Amino acid sequence: MANVLVFTELHDGHVKPVTLEILGKLAGQSADVAVIGDIGADQVAVLAKCGAQNVHKLKSAQLDKYSPEGYANALADFIKTKSYDYVFAGATSMGKDLLPRLATKFNAGLASDVVNFAMDGGAFAGTRPLFAGKCLAKVELTGPKPHFVSIRPNALGMTEGVAAGAGNAADVAANAGEIRAVIKEIIKAASAKVDLTEANIIVTGGRAMKNAENFKILNEMADVIGATVGASRAAVDSGFAPHAMQVGQTGKTVAPSLYIACGVSGAIQHLAGMRTSKVIVAINTDPDAPIFTKADYGIVGDLFTIVPILTEEFKKLLGK
Amino acid sequence: MNIFVCVKQVPDTETKITPTGDGSFIETASIKWIMNPYDEFAVEQALLVKQANPAATVTVVRVGSKKDTEALIPALAMGADEAALVEAADNLDSYSIAKALKGAIEKTGKKPDIILAGKQAIDDDCLQVPQILAEMMGLPSVSVIVGFEMNGTTIKVKREVEGGALEVYEVNAPVVLACNKGLNTPRYPSLPGLMKAKKKPMATYSLSDVGVSDADRRVKYSGFRLPPEKPAGKKFDATDAAKQKDVVAQVVGLLRTEAKVI
Repeated sequence: MANVLVFTELHDGHVKPVTLEILGKLAGQSADVAVIGDIGADQVAVLAKCGAQNVHKLKSAQLDKYSPEGYANALADFIKTKSYDYVFAGATSMGKDLLPRLATKFNAGLASDVVNFAMDGGAFAGTRPLFAGKCLAKVELTGPKPHFVSIRPNALGMTEGVAAGAGNAADVAANAGEIRAVIKEIIKAASAKVDLTEANIIVTGGRAMKNAENFKILNEMADVIGATVGASRAAVDSGFAPHAMQVGQTGKTVAPSLYIACGVSGAIQHLAGMRTSKVIVAINTDPDAPIFTKADYGIVGDLFTIVPILTEEFKKLLGK
Repeated sequence: MNIFVCVKQVPDTETKITPTGDGSFIETASIKWIMNPYDEFAVEQALLVKQANPAATVTVVRVGSKKDTEALIPALAMGADEAALVEAADNLDSYSIAKALKGAIEKTGKKPDIILAGKQAIDDDCLQVPQILAEMMGLPSVSVIVGFEMNGTTIKVKREVEGGALEVYEVNAPVVLACNKGLNTPRYPSLPGLMKAKKKPMATYSLSDVGVSDADRRVKYSGFRLPPEKPAGKKFDATDAAKQKDVVAQVVGLLRTEAKVI
């Protein structure tokens, strides 16, 4: 059995779902949770239900905003007081930025963006995609401990029937150390929707959208089904959508439950970024478009007529 | 001012990846190699800083196997001043690569003011090297930057996070910055630039020259394999206007009853 620390970041005072996915998969190990800042008793209860033994709340006045250095210093100081074999976190924007720095403080290795793993005899062995998911490989860690792992959101799924942990919460006075790169301002996203990498449903527009204006019909459908809107590289390079919306090898790799590709031909680098979606729907006028080779449900037709009908049908189904 | 840019050479995005028979890596023989796309933004940003500070030098550094189509050449052709190559296998882990980059930067004898890199390499997709390098060198870092403004030694950068929200950082050089698409528009290497590039200084080191050994490996890979292919899906013809509504209703029904995703 391994001693594991799971770092969770907070979103509006809530632990991110990927933390619960990780805890569930760690069933049978001894898992603690660390958070920077404060979380309420309700969130501690959620963590305990998923198996968390101890919940360490690292607190420092210098850490009210994220800081790569401050977070890494505080967590490293805390981890040094314990004897964890592994430290896990979600491969979110923060996790991806923070973990390499934190691991290096221990001269330790990090397996990033892992999509599945087992703790065989307490030793981590994971699977991670490389080349944007064009292939998979087994990943293991060696060298000084603790070993670090980041987990792609939505990849593990939730584990049912996990034995609850004690959920003992305690404050830890954190040491942020020297912070040189300081956040002066946060510019909110234009949309309050969840990020593509964490979205449960994604609607993507390709080159066939013709212009930025036409994304309106995708937004309308997305609003009905609670989806986040993405774009292919062709659409981004044509200026229809910002890069933050790009799905694919030079954009975001996504794994939603439902992916609806509208007017996306399915270039190899796009398919690489979305092929692990659980269910894929494709709409394209070209019956031979490569996207259809990955689609569970392909609709050959013009997206400009199909998407509005789809939106209406979804409304009917969902009683909206 | 000393600017360093870390670049990696990766398979072109259109490459079909084939694992080797023993699953130890991928077949590399017929791959078209390119400069990692995110690194182009890093090179361009270095050149923009140099334009504003003509006394600045831009050094590009790469760790990887020697190639006929050397990715350092386009970087030099774009306008970088000199290059260093640390010869190594193409499947090193991030920790070893970062340590080798640090070693190569130190070999130049120049104290870095700004170290730029792409936010991730599109081969192993680890998103680790810039942050590891920063920690190893005792420098601050900001990753996934889409905005850059420099005033004296103070740099203001925008980091893109979930949903396209931006964290605006202020940091003083020396600093490590990992660049994302959207930061700038990389220039193309010109033909005269390419001619000149071949005459620019390029140092070559071995891994042991820069203090890296097998003991620095932290991440082990094995069992490279293609992802499982999905069974063929269902395809519906909705080109006939009279049938469109029925077809779409059928698909929506299947999403509920068969796929159970909505």
